[in-house]
Amino acid sequence: MPWSSPMVEKYRSQYGSGLDAQTYLGQNYLNVDRSLIPDILRLLRDEEQFDYCVDITAVHYPKREKQFDVVWILYSFPRNERVRVKTQIADGATIPSSVAIWPTANWLEREVYDMFGIKFEGHPGLKRILLPDGWKGFPLRKDHGILQQDNEWVRINLGIESGQ
Amino acid sequence: MNEHKNDASIHSLSNLDLDAPEKTYLDSNELIINMGPQHPATHGVLRVILKLDGEKVLGTECVIGYLHRGVEKIAENRTYTMFNPYVDRMDYVAAVSNGLGYCEAVEKLLNVEAPPRAKYIRVILTELNRIASHQLWLGTHALDIGAMTPLFYTFRDREEILKIFEKYCGARLTTHAFRIGGCQYETYAGFEKDIKNFLTFFAPKIDEYEALLTTNRIWLERTKNVGVISGADCIALGVTGPVLRASGVKWDVRKAQPYAAYSEFDFEIPTGENGDTYDRYMVRMIEMRQSMRIIEQAVNGLPEGPIMGKVPKVIKPPVGEIYHSIEAPKGELGYFIVSDGSTQPYRLRVRPPSFVNLQALDVMVRGLLVADVVAVIGTLDIVLGEVDR
Repeated sequence: MPWSSPMVEKYRSQYGSGLDAQTYLGQNYLNVDRSLIPDILRLLRDEEQFDYCVDITAVHYPKREKQFDVVWILYSFPRNERVRVKTQIADGATIPSSVAIWPTANWLEREVYDMFGIKFEGHPGLKRILLPDGWKGFPLRKDHGILQQDNEWVRINLGIESGQ
Repeated sequence: MNEHKNDASIHSLSNLDLDAPEKTYLDSNELIINMGPQHPATHGVLRVILKLDGEKVLGTECVIGYLHRGVEKIAENRTYTMFNPYVDRMDYVAAVSNGLGYCEAVEKLLNVEAPPRAKYIRVILTELNRIASHQLWLGTHALDIGAMTPLFYTFRDREEILKIFEKYCGARLTTHAFRIGGCQYETYAGFEKDIKNFLTFFAPKIDEYEALLTTNRIWLERTKNVGVISGADCIALGVTGPVLRASGVKWDVRKAQPYAAYSEFDFEIPTGENGDTYDRYMVRMIEMRQSMRIIEQAVNGLPEGPIMGKVPKVIKPPVGEIYHSIEAPKGELGYFIVSDGSTQPYRLRVRPPSFVNLQALDVMVRGLLVADVVAVIGTLDIVLGEVDR
């Protein structure tokens, strides 16, 4: 269902077709063009008081041309309101980091990189966070099997044939 | 002492350059020390690399992931019902809260609602679990700082809560207490009486804990003005839960966006002023008393009726996505679920409070002593099972 509010109208007139506002089960989200990131995020924080970045995550759709959805879940303390911002990017494409907007994005973006291999431009130290540094593979991609692992890493570092 | 806590420094978070020498007090070399992953004060397998000038902390870097089990990947390969017990294994000292958040998120996606009686039972058990989680926090946190008695007291009293869980659903820790759409188990005979007995039993016990610590001189010296973080820094770093409230931000998901039956109960949100370790201690102590208030209201007003909503036999939510969050004992616990219309979640993301709160460790300990790092890790109340998932 389309979502309409004074905030949405303002940004729609500013950005036109690059922005699409939807609502589902009472939750609002904005589908935005990759080129509007990070401007739209900064505007949401500075002008619309979305001062708390709850979460950053991604979803993998291997059959799509632009394989990844990157999702920011935002909350505003003054407005007591949540909004999600989503954008689509292709495999191998980068996306601007939002660490300068919300410092909490630091570890959240590292986790997205760790699990999906999406690179955030301008991140102060983008490296793996949950998996070991030398690990190969991005486990939350759909083409990564649930039993699949980096056998070479396991053999060298743990001295066993398989971690299973 | 707190001159580092300006906006600029938190933007350079976790950019600890281990090779770059910094000016030290005695012009000696700075020291790099490894703490963990096997260390009694890290509450699990957390590794912290400390950069020190003598005993003063110049910076830290956390190494996490030792308990990573790929919970989000497992979710994509299980049905909604099959995944339910897995969430208990994240924050295993507050398993009931995890289950509540997950069940409510899937219910929202399915557009069903749990009946009132189920909601009340959920509130009672979740608040009991909040008390149990805070008790475990208090015991281990005090032990880290050097007070041994609170550990024995809190574990002794926590046992009473675990006994109620065991009688209700057969498990003490990873309870799997709720189902999508309500509860599986009706309350056992004597449930209300057990809860009321617990409330009368527990009220003087909190006073007992407080008598040990609240005005204890050693406790005050070790916690006052230690690990100070401002409300603005908390928000910028996404820190939630008692840590945020102790810094003076009056925000609790139970009040801001009520879920389950929380809008029907009277309770206060305690806040602190200084954002130090002592305020976080006081906030959690008051929270336990407030949880007792909620439980008392819920058990007295426990409605009759069914405990299971109208849920289809096979759970197949329509295509769409949902974000639902609850106030877990550690902070905002959120579930972001994407459904493709099949019986398995297409993507399930957990927003873990411990993971996000741990990120604030570096900001909180810079300029403090090594012994205070232990106090700050304790006061953040992290559970590594949830940090690593």
